[in-house]
Amino acid sequence: MKRIGLIVVALTGILFIYGIGEFPAWSDPLSPASMHVSPYYIKQAVEETAVPNVVTAVLADYRSFDTMFETTVIFAAGLACFILLRKFEGKQARSRLFRHINTGVIVHIEEGGNLPLANPNFERIDSQWTPYDLIIKTTCRMVIPFLQIFALYVIAHGHHSPGGGFQGGVILGASIILFAISHDLRSTIGRLSEKKGALLSSAGVFLYAGTGMLCLLMGASFLDYSALADLLATDSVWARSHGILIVEVGVGLSVMAVMIWLYYNISSSGKHKEGL
Amino acid sequence: MATFVNLLIAKYNFWAFAILMMIGLYAMIAKKNLIKKIIGMNIFQTSIILFYVSIGAKKGATIPIISHVLHGESEPTIIPADYINPLPHVLMLTAIVVSVATLGVALALAIKVHRQYGTLEEDQIHSIIQSK
Amino acid sequence: MILQYPALLITLPLIAAFIITAFGWLNQRFCYPIAVITLTAALYISVELLLSIFEVQIISYRLGGWPPPIGIEYKVDHLNAFVLVLITLVALLNLVAAKPKVDQEFKEKSGAFYALYVLFVTGLLGITITGDAFNLYVLLEITALTGYALIGLGRSHAPLAGLNYVFMGTIGASFYLLGIGYLYLTTGSLNMADLATLIPALQTSKTIVFGFVLCLIGLFIKMALFPLHNWLPNAYSYSPSAASSLIAPLTTKVMIYVMIRLVFSLFTPAFSFSNQLLTAVVVWIAIVAIVMGSVLALAQKNLFKMLSFIIIAEVGYMVGGFWLGNSDGMTGAILHIANDALMTLCLFLAVGNIKYMTKIERFEDLKGIISKMPVSMTVFIIGGFSIIGVPPTCGFFSKWYLIKGGIVANQWGFVIALLFSSLVNTILFFRIIEIGFFSSGDNSNVKGHGSATIREAPIGMLIPALITAGLLVLSGLYTNEFVTYIILPVMP
Repeated sequence: MKRIGLIVVALTGILFIYGIGEFPAWSDPLSPASMHVSPYYIKQAVEETAVPNVVTAVLADYRSFDTMFETTVIFAAGLACFILLRKFEGKQARSRLFRHINTGVIVHIEEGGNLPLANPNFERIDSQWTPYDLIIKTTCRMVIPFLQIFALYVIAHGHHSPGGGFQGGVILGASIILFAISHDLRSTIGRLSEKKGALLSSAGVFLYAGTGMLCLLMGASFLDYSALADLLATDSVWARSHGILIVEVGVGLSVMAVMIWLYYNISSSGKHKEGL
Repeated sequence: MATFVNLLIAKYNFWAFAILMMIGLYAMIAKKNLIKKIIGMNIFQTSIILFYVSIGAKKGATIPIISHVLHGESEPTIIPADYINPLPHVLMLTAIVVSVATLGVALALAIKVHRQYGTLEEDQIHSIIQSK
Repeated sequence: MILQYPALLITLPLIAAFIITAFGWLNQRFCYPIAVITLTAALYISVELLLSIFEVQIISYRLGGWPPPIGIEYKVDHLNAFVLVLITLVALLNLVAAKPKVDQEFKEKSGAFYALYVLFVTGLLGITITGDAFNLYVLLEITALTGYALIGLGRSHAPLAGLNYVFMGTIGASFYLLGIGYLYLTTGSLNMADLATLIPALQTSKTIVFGFVLCLIGLFIKMALFPLHNWLPNAYSYSPSAASSLIAPLTTKVMIYVMIRLVFSLFTPAFSFSNQLLTAVVVWIAIVAIVMGSVLALAQKNLFKMLSFIIIAEVGYMVGGFWLGNSDGMTGAILHIANDALMTLCLFLAVGNIKYMTKIERFEDLKGIISKMPVSMTVFIIGGFSIIGVPPTCGFFSKWYLIKGGIVANQWGFVIALLFSSLVNTILFFRIIEIGFFSSGDNSNVKGHGSATIREAPIGMLIPALITAGLLVLSGLYTNEFVTYIILPVMP
């Protein structure tokens, strides 16, 4: 199999390199790709949408339909992992580990023993436990709010600097995953349950598609933000800028929720009892 | 020979794309571990992203954020050759998201395979299937 | 409002999918009705679009108000309008028949199942209606992702089959993306109509030819043309029957539609057929696909696997017929898209009924089934006749056009392969009918229900199957109108 693989790969590689001869040279400003449609985007973006970041303008206005489907792809991936992995009932682990909070003693209780579930002096830890580390827990608790503020900055500032909904959403999701890694999965699920996460992800994409529908109902084409000008009490150019902000928020919300949902399902392989 | 050297130097981004793509393809075909195949798939998709993004580069240009035209200042003309091509970046944002989503679904399926057969090596799985 | 139909057709199912997910967590009883209402609305809109195409010839919708090639454009013409109607019809019929199966197999996740179902249909509708090459890639990936999830839900070897499908599907879609990248590199545009004006000037460029070949290879992987078909039998056999009867009739046919759309609208037919070597190679691959599909179908003992190999052979019909290059072959291929979708749906529904009631999958165990499940077996027999090509079912007419095309193009290999495949299909189906008629009295192989209690499937599953079988005969009778009004205007 390895030899067949090598032969196929070598042949395909040679074919590709044979085709390279005609490509325009790298970073040539006169290549056809840079001459046809993109000069229009660069020249007209600020005038028509009041957004200096041309990539955001193209992403969320000129080609906003693609972005809506991209958000749907992320949503579908979260839904797919849920439907493939989630196990609502399951056997409990045979032995569990508990830690006495005040003294730090770890208690290992076998099956059939008395589990101190309701006792506030004991907290449950994962089967593959790492030693309780005060430094990691406290540092992460201090860093996470700043991560989230930075993520909100990235989403909101997508107009003027590199950033936007996807990037900010991923950082938001990563902050919650950091909490889940440094503490444990159960406390994270206690703070942001799976139901809330799923509803948030639907709400995020619904915000995007709903904005488009609103534009349609106001008489213009789907996702034509200038139709929102009356609603937002500005002129048509600034309406586009605000429309872009609304859909970016929707995207960020959805991406965050799906990242967390994916992490819950994959790290606990569907059971939501113990994480990494 | 001179043209070959020229080919190599002037278009080295395309060479990088071709080599990366072949590495990914080889990993998907020849490796037996499912996780290695998934990684190969990711490398394969990344090579295509590299191809697209390298199309958009321009010599001596800066990022496509038009910084000096704000709030009704005097509007100097914007020369497109000063800014790199934004369209491939937009397209590849979508492609990166798609590749992450596919990775997620592939990993979920791999977890299911592991739950069912107890192993992630393809030849062991095939022998389990044959023996059933 | 009618001007907004192209956008509504895509966004209504999309928004409905999100609402279904939300309700899946809040109150699961609403998920199924919302899905049915949405698909009915989509069917209504697509029929309206078809009727308006007869007057207007072409509908173009600009998303976001931007003119192409700045923005994304949706284009409806004769070719997509009927494929849209086909997709919504098949999806709706299947959804009605799927409810008992979903309740039987995964009740607590049914909200997520219906949401993935509607997203899959949205992806297919979007692929059909779009006029932008990159938008097609994104929608292709939505369809693929939801398909992977739906297939991976099945029993026994489904996760491994699903993972193989993931690998092959990703390679296919990535090749398509790369082909579009080559086109973008040389022309700078992504809109199909715009590319069609720019390509003829660059016809001799190696890059364009290479891009064309890459797009084609990507699509061939996705439609399971012969050497690249390995993922299909396993994926369709092990997936839950509610999902496979949605995915099987539609995925491969929509990929063939995409191939036809690329050849007609993007790379103009003059360019695509100019390379004799390419067309000859593709036709020979199709011939091998037909023969191998039929032969491998003979060797199968499992009903679902047999049907999957028949699908592979049918894909060979359509690809070969199209690349013959003459008007009869192309007419046959386009006609066969509609016919094959309906035939496959009919067969999968019938077999799904059998599996739901009796859990039988090997057809040797089907002894005496005709007396116990007469309606399902009648549907199965009509579907089988249509695949063999018996008039007046529609299968006969599309084969007629394909054979005529083969004769006109002097491709005797193609004609012989078609006749051989019809012969093999006859053997396959009559074998099953014979087993079904004669009960040997000893049904000890029947698992799940005793032989005395095999009843007909519930009425909710029978009605869609009967409607489909009726459509097979009806569309056969109306073939002439279909060809004149819908297919001929598309021919270049």
